[in-house]
Amino acid sequence: MSRIKDAFSDGKAFVTFITGGDPDIETTERLILAMAEEGASLIEIGIPFSDPVAEGPVIQAADERALAAGCTTDKLLDMVKSVSQRTDVPLLFMTYLNPIFTYGREKFIKRCAECGIAGIIVPDMPFEEKGELSGLCEENGVDLISMIAPTSDSRAVMIAREARGFLYCVSSLGVTGMRSEIGMEIGRLLVKVREVTDIPCAIGFGISTPEQAAKMSAISDGVIVGSAIVNIVAEHGKDCEPYVREYVRSMKSAVK
Amino acid sequence: MRKGRFGEYGGQYIPEILMSAVQELEDAYEYYKNDPQFNKELDGLLRNYAGRPSLLYFARKMTLDLGGAKIYLKREDLNHTGSHKINNVLGQALLARKMGKTRLIAETGAGQHGVATATAAALMNMECEIFMGKEDTERQALNVFRMELLGAKVHPVTSGTMTLKDAVNETLREWTRRISDTHYAMGSVMGPHPFPTIVRDFQKIISKEIKEQMLEAEGRLPDAVIACVGGGSNAMGAFYEFINDSSVRLIGCEAAGLGVDNPKNAATIANGTVGIFHGMKSLFCQDEYGQIAPVYSISAGLDYPGIGPEHAQLFETGRAQYVPVTDSEAVEAFEYLSKTEGIIPAIESAHAVAYARKLAPQMGRDKIIVVNISGRGDKDVAAIARYRGVDIHE
Ligand SMILES: Cc1ncc(COP(=O)(O)O)c(C=O)c1O
Repeated sequence: MSRIKDAFSDGKAFVTFITGGDPDIETTERLILAMAEEGASLIEIGIPFSDPVAEGPVIQAADERALAAGCTTDKLLDMVKSVSQRTDVPLLFMTYLNPIFTYGREKFIKRCAECGIAGIIVPDMPFEEKGELSGLCEENGVDLISMIAPTSDSRAVMIAREARGFLYCVSSLGVTGMRSEIGMEIGRLLVKVREVTDIPCAIGFGISTPEQAAKMSAISDGVIVGSAIVNIVAEHGKDCEPYVREYVRSMKSAVK
Repeated sequence: MRKGRFGEYGGQYIPEILMSAVQELEDAYEYYKNDPQFNKELDGLLRNYAGRPSLLYFARKMTLDLGGAKIYLKREDLNHTGSHKINNVLGQALLARKMGKTRLIAETGAGQHGVATATAAALMNMECEIFMGKEDTERQALNVFRMELLGAKVHPVTSGTMTLKDAVNETLREWTRRISDTHYAMGSVMGPHPFPTIVRDFQKIISKEIKEQMLEAEGRLPDAVIACVGGGSNAMGAFYEFINDSSVRLIGCEAAGLGVDNPKNAATIANGTVGIFHGMKSLFCQDEYGQIAPVYSISAGLDYPGIGPEHAQLFETGRAQYVPVTDSEAVEAFEYLSKTEGIIPAIESAHAVAYARKLAPQMGRDKIIVVNISGRGDKDVAAIARYRGVDIHE
């Protein structure tokens, strides 16, 4: 049984994202433990990439800060190896295909498994190209997370049938970043997905307020919040922990 | 072979949110490429609007001066809007209109693709938004104004290195925001399938014409075809119909900036490694962790850290050869062609001219070289003056 799937068995899940190494690796480590304590069900750690095409300005800037501060894939793996022994909350990596491909696909997935990473999310690897990593992930017990979007239509069922861990449902058009309003299109797609599989479905992209979290968790199995947390990190830098704690607590209580 | 692959290169590495859009495009292209009405309309536009066929000009003075192979210039600089970019744009804009799209978005480096896109949008009554690295909007200020004059909105891109790759990132992001009425008119033989194939097909008219014109002028095929390579569209266009003619050497000229051993270069084949970026598996300038390298060239149109996937395959199989050309060699060639033939080439195309100057004297007088002059150099005059220390402002 997948540890990630398990994280959805106890009520609705609250999934958090931070960019690894922003503002530095030590802060990322502290934030992982803090978010776990405040009730995060799953934690995604972004491996910064120079050209994150699915990201809005907030996460783009975080990636730039992390890279400028010297963050690398190896440093994040080392940190995760240590922190994963101090929390039961499953940790995921979110990054683009090029950092994985260039690091060496097999070496990367093996090291993920070794360091306690439960799953990976690769936003520029659609269903048609997932063969780049799916076999390796399967062999090493790392869940390769699939994504659907409001434009997926008939593709959604095909994707959901082969999904592992949970299905990442992109809430609306556009890149990551806080939105003032989120429509309900994705909800209609979720109904179709549910007819063919029992994979947990979490909605992400654009969610920042407790009201949005409540609305999106009502139609899914959980919500994913990234830019809003990264924004707090941007604002408070190394001193962000208490602010992130408070925010995660308020969001967690809205996810029902 | 898998769909949209050139050997191992190519593919569709893009966010799920865009997959339906590229599939819709592929379906439409597969249908319209064989549609007589579509082809008739496109042919009409190419002839009556773009001014095709472009000349294949025998450069007599350059040939005599270099003392070796005969040199012919394929004059894409004479096309409407001043470069080969219009060939691709008219094709894509017409296709987009057939698909019911009303808005074109595009990236641009030197501004030539942006100008061509803005032109086609004006002609076909479409909305147009162009994304251009902030640094390039400064290097090519005249083209920014030209696009605006044509009715396009130009967005200076301030993320990353503020050049061509960042403009592509931003255009991809914009496409995810607004898909249903919008076509991304990709400017080169890059990006996710089907773009590398579509752009190559719309550009292959260059080699089709060269072949016909050369047979008419010389009664035989050329011995070498030389073109500059940014993403690789003018080179793919100039090479394509010769790929099966093994006697024709195909030579792509990459921007080596300050030199292939200097960090300030954009020579992807010389320095790149296999990676996956901007929707395709291909060769990229990058570091050991897969971070895309900041690249540099005096030419904004060649200042790109990757290369189209079909070029990666032509390189790997050895069918085409790729050579680095530095800023200073390109600038000298820019001045040389201006003085020798009275033709001011784009600084991009000057990279191809520079290599022809090296190659021609090594070949016999019975040999023939075709150099693709992908664009005209008016846009570059101020930058070249600055390079030479003359302070001209546009
Ligand atoms: C005149 C000219 N030649 C060449 C290029 C490079 O593009 P490609 O390699 O796709 O032909 C550009 C791009 O801006 C250009 O303007």
